Amino acid sequence: MTTPVIELRGATKRFPATGSGTHTAVRDLTLTVAPGEFVAVVGPTGCGKSTTLSLVSGLEAASSGDVLVRGEPVRRIPSGVGYMFQSDAVLPWRSVLDNVAAGPRYRGVGKREARSRAHAWVERVGLGGFAGYYPHQLSGGMRKRVALAQTLVNEPEILLMDEPFSALDVQTRALMQDELLRLWAGTGAAVVFVTHDLEEAIALADTVVVMTASPATVKATFPVPLERPRDVEEVRLTPEFLEIYREVWDSLRTEVAKAREEASRVG
Amino acid sequence: MSADTLSTVDARPVEDGSALVRRRRRRRALVWAVRVAAVIVWLVSWQLAATYWIDPFYYSKPTAIAGRLVDWFTKGTAFGSIWTQIGVTLEEAVAGFVIGALAGVVLGIVLGRSRFLADVAAPFIKAANAVPRIVLASLFIIWFGLGMSSKIATAMVLVFFAVFFNAFQGAREVDRNLVDNARILGASRFALLRSIVVPSATSWIFASLHSAFGFALIGAVVGEFTGADKGLGLLINNAQGTFDAAGIYAGMIITTVLALAAEWLISTAEKRLLRWRPPSAGADAQI
Ligand SMILES: Nc1ncnc2c1ncn2[C@@H]1O[C@H](COP(=O)(O)OP(=O)(O)O)[C@@H](O)[C@H]1O
Ligand SMILES: [Mg+2]
Repeated sequence: MTTPVIELRGATKRFPATGSGTHTAVRDLTLTVAPGEFVAVVGPTGCGKSTTLSLVSGLEAASSGDVLVRGEPVRRIPSGVGYMFQSDAVLPWRSVLDNVAAGPRYRGVGKREARSRAHAWVERVGLGGFAGYYPHQLSGGMRKRVALAQTLVNEPEILLMDEPFSALDVQTRALMQDELLRLWAGTGAAVVFVTHDLEEAIALADTVVVMTASPATVKATFPVPLERPRDVEEVRLTPEFLEIYREVWDSLRTEVAKAREEASRVG
Repeated sequence: MSADTLSTVDARPVEDGSALVRRRRRRRALVWAVRVAAVIVWLVSWQLAATYWIDPFYYSKPTAIAGRLVDWFTKGTAFGSIWTQIGVTLEEAVAGFVIGALAGVVLGIVLGRSRFLADVAAPFIKAANAVPRIVLASLFIIWFGLGMSSKIATAMVLVFFAVFFNAFQGAREVDRNLVDNARILGASRFALLRSIVVPSATSWIFASLHSAFGFALIGAVVGEFTGADKGLGLLINNAQGTFDAAGIYAGMIITTVLALAAEWLISTAEKRLLRWRPPSAGADAQI
C-alpha cells in the first residue's frame, strides 16, 4: 500500500471556551486519505468538520494526537494544500483575474506568467467573460467559481473543501458538482470534501466518512463503488446509489438526531 | 446620486428610464434652487440687519467682507500678497497632513497587527491622546521657532491621532477568512500585510482622512495664531487685534474654501482607490 497523503491518528482539538475550561471540537479522530482519493465527510452541523480541515491545513494545531501530511507531522501549512473555505474568501478589491492570479503571485511567479495561468483557469471555470469584474458584481455561484479557480491554479495535491456549494441554489449546485468532478479528474489530487448533504457526498466521493455529533469523531466509513466518470444528476437515480444512501443514512440519522437534541437543550 | 445630497431614498418602484432621469434632474435643480435661495435670504437679511439694527463694528456685514476680500486679492494684505499667506498656510497644512497621515497609517497598522506591541503602547497612546493638543502649538513655537516647522508639527500631531485610531481599527478588523485564505495560497507575512491588511484598512483610513485635512488646517492656523510672521492665521489674529470683524470673516472664508477644495481632492482619490466597493456601501452613503 502507498503511504496515505493525509493521516490523522487520535487527533483531538480543544478550544478555550467562554469563561474558564475548554470546549472539545473534535476528539480522537482517526482517518486516512490515499493519494488521489476523494473523501466526503458528513456529519451534523457544528460537530467539528471545519475544525478537522483546519487541522489538516495547518491553520490550527492539534491539542493532542498526530496529524500527518505525506507522512510528515503538520507544523505549518504543508505545501501543495488547497483550501476552499466555507464562507467567501475572495478579495473584494481585486478583479476576478487578479483574485485567481493571487496564489501564483504569492508563490513568486512573475506577474505576466501568473496572469496567463489565471486566465486559463478563469476560462476553465466558465468565467471567461467576467475576468475584469469585481466580486460584488458576481452572483454567489460565480464567486464560488472564482474561489475554485483561485485554489486550483496552485495545482494542489491535497484539496480541502468546506461545504463549498451549500449556499447555492439546487440547479447551480448540481452544475458546480459536475464541474468539480470534471476539473478534478486527471489532477490526481486527494480531496477532503466536507458537506452536510449526504446526496452530494455519495455522488462525488470514493469514500464517505460519517462523523458523530459534537465532539466529532469518525463513526463509520463507507466505500462508494460507483463508476467514474459520473454524471451527478444521473448517478443519484441509480439503484446502487440509493442502496448506499440508505446504508449511510442509517448511520448518520442517529447523529443528526443527537445533534438536534443537543441544540434544543442548549438553545 | 451625488455625495452632496443628504438622502438618496427614492421610493418609486417602476418607471421608465427617461422619466426617472428627468425626475431626478428636476429634483436636483430644486435642491440647488433652495440652497441658493437660502444663502441669498441669509446674506440679504444680514446686510439689512447690519445696516439698520445691529452694530456692523462687531458683526460686520456681507458687503464689507466682500470688499475686504477684493482688497486682499487686488492690493494685498498688511503682510504682503494674499497668495503668499495662502501658500504658507497651505504648505504647513499639507506637510503636516502628509507626515501625520503617513505616521498614523504606519503605526496604526503595525500596532493593529501586533497584539504585543499594541498592549505595550496602549497606555502611552491613551495618555498622549488625552493631552489637549492645541496647547502643544505653544510648546512647538518654543522648540521650533516662529517659522513653518512649528505649525507643521502642530498640524501633524492633530492629524496623526485622527488617522492612527482608524488605521489601527482597520488593521484589527481584517476578515480572518481572507487572511487564512491568503496564507493557504502561499502569502508571506509581508505579502499578507501588503495585499490583505492594507487594502482592508483603506476604507477605514479614508474615513479619517476626510476630517484629518480639516485638522491639519486648524493646526496650521492655530500655530500661526500663536506666533508667526506669515499665513492666514496671522491675518486673522491681526484682524482680531485691530477689531476688524470683516478681516476675521474674510480669513475664515478663505480657510473654508481651502478645506472644501482639499475635501474634494480626497473624495476623488477615495472614489478611484475604492472603486471595487459596491455602490451602496460607497461614498454615496455619506453626507
Ligand atoms: N476558533 C474557535 N474557537 C472556539 N470554538 C470553536 C472555534 N472553531 C470552532 N469552534 C467550535 O467547535 C465546534 C465545531 O465547529 P466546526 O468545526 O466549525 O463545526 P462544523 O464545521 O462541523 O459545523 C463548534 O461547537 C464551534 O463552536
Ligand atoms: Mg463548518
